[in-house]
Amino acid sequence: MDTSFVVKDCALISIATGEEAQNLRELSDRVKMVPTGCIYYHFWGGMLRSSFDEPEYQNDFAAWAWRCLHDNRLAERLAIIDPSAYQDLEALRSELADVIDERLAESEHVPWVRSGQRFKFIRSQIVVFDTGIRITHPSEMAEQIARMSLGSIFYHFIDARRRTGQGKNDFVEWFTSFDEADCIKLTRRINRIDPYFTTLAALRRELEAVFTS
Amino acid sequence: MSNLLERYAKIVGDIVIDHLRQLARPLQGMKVVHVNSTREGGGVAEILSWLVPLKQELGLDVKWELIIGEQGFYQCTKQFHNGLQGKPLVIPQELLVTYERTNAENADRMRRTLKEADFVFIHDPQPAPLMHFCPDRKGKWVWRCHIDLSRPYRTVWKYLRKFVVGYDASIWSLADFAQPMPHPLYLIAPSIDPLSPKNIELPTTEVNGVFARYGLNPDLPLILQVSRFDHFKDPLGVIEAYRLIKAFTPVQLVLAGGGAADDPEGDQVLHEVRMAAKNDPDIHILLLPSDAHREINALQRAATVCVQKSIREGFGLTVTEAMWKGKPVIGGDTGGIRLQVVNHHTGFLVNTPEGAALRIRYLLKNRQILENMGRKAREYVLTNFLVTRHLREYLILMVAMMHESADRIEM
Repeated sequence: MDTSFVVKDCALISIATGEEAQNLRELSDRVKMVPTGCIYYHFWGGMLRSSFDEPEYQNDFAAWAWRCLHDNRLAERLAIIDPSAYQDLEALRSELADVIDERLAESEHVPWVRSGQRFKFIRSQIVVFDTGIRITHPSEMAEQIARMSLGSIFYHFIDARRRTGQGKNDFVEWFTSFDEADCIKLTRRINRIDPYFTTLAALRRELEAVFTS
Repeated sequence: MSNLLERYAKIVGDIVIDHLRQLARPLQGMKVVHVNSTREGGGVAEILSWLVPLKQELGLDVKWELIIGEQGFYQCTKQFHNGLQGKPLVIPQELLVTYERTNAENADRMRRTLKEADFVFIHDPQPAPLMHFCPDRKGKWVWRCHIDLSRPYRTVWKYLRKFVVGYDASIWSLADFAQPMPHPLYLIAPSIDPLSPKNIELPTTEVNGVFARYGLNPDLPLILQVSRFDHFKDPLGVIEAYRLIKAFTPVQLVLAGGGAADDPEGDQVLHEVRMAAKNDPDIHILLLPSDAHREINALQRAATVCVQKSIREGFGLTVTEAMWKGKPVIGGDTGGIRLQVVNHHTGFLVNTPEGAALRIRYLLKNRQILENMGRKAREYVLTNFLVTRHLREYLILMVAMMHESADRIEM
């Protein structure tokens, strides 16, 4: 059986859903009913789409709470939600809804925004393609990872969490096919990388450092 | 790698270009047609002038067609433009008749090309009814809206919607602009071409040459707004901001713009701007021809701070251009400017002439902050608003449409 690592790449395009929220109650309602693709997009999509490298907040819900609702307390609570800590998107949705509802319960009125600042729910389509590159052994990875596009990093390190049974990344999954002590060490070091509070370029550098060492 | 793609690779890197080639592979030889209303003037023509050759280099069979009409047609579509950006108005019935007749005639002229195309991209309202007059089409039709449609005058939008509702998909510059439709509403921000005369690097002598050519003072800070003379760009508000700054510090203002072939209202606004300037020797109103790209480039590079104080804006490519030249931008808090001007990082978002004056004064006083913001602005454009990102999203869209509406497409 061929155990080569198949390097894939991916690209994302955003699609407006037409769903929107002008106040916190509407946000709570919509969060509970929009497709999970929207939850994925607003937590993870920022890494692949046009965005500023030094955002105040890492997910779109926190950024909206801060920039449009001017509710810093809610923004901070939303910002700390780490999507990689949840088994699936439904669990992440549930946590998100809980945080919003808790804030609603604390508030004497429902915070709202001007019509031009509504939260717009967006989903995405992801196109995945084979780059034709094959890596036969982990020792080759250091050289290859520096050449990988940010789309490849996203696909193998972030998107893999949605595809693999236990929410792992593709590198760690691949190491299981090698019965070598070095692979166990690599797995430990890769698992220590925080995939969320960073950028794809920084992730690539971190992975490169792990494989180089 | 082809020559044109090689030139882009020098700016964005080989990885980005390889990525485009991979995405284009399943689209080889596909017939693609873009239709708009002008080859010169305005952001749409500029986008198509690089998008078409790049798609061709990637192996797609691309044509760029124009819808051609008489004066009444352009009067009608200008009113659409104003109405879609929120201005209440009544469009005379005879202009609507001219609009539909012009589209029917153009559909006849282009019928074979449109019928055989695998993808047809129709830009803005001018050619929107073409699909209605091409019932025997075989490809996918996509309506590309470049206009801020966040708060349209409903009567105008209701009339136009019936022509675009039947498209297979539509593309919008921002989620805020997208109107509900029974097809996928793709979001693609516009971009600039770093190799175009408007954005290419210029020799210092050419940049400094603008001071002598336009009678500018090289020792005074230069505030620049580049835009059509259009009320939505608020040139009068910029003059007001300039006067507020000048009360504190010496400064000069350049309002540089040209007319677009499809904009009959430019002369009237230009007249109002001249009246407001009142022969102030430090206000320079430059009416430049639509091909004065290097001049605009040189002016943006010579400027100290660039302004785009629009009150309504589709995307605002002049903002992107200024940022690419390392200038912080004072932008109106509207439309696509919000996507580009990251407050306190790449410039400032403002809502009034007073706000613009305040921020410009702050930057003139803090030159190190001005320079840092300019550097961040350029980096932001490099990653997000160059043609390569824009082209990538067009390619993804085409691949995605070949696979209907699946969230994940494995090629």
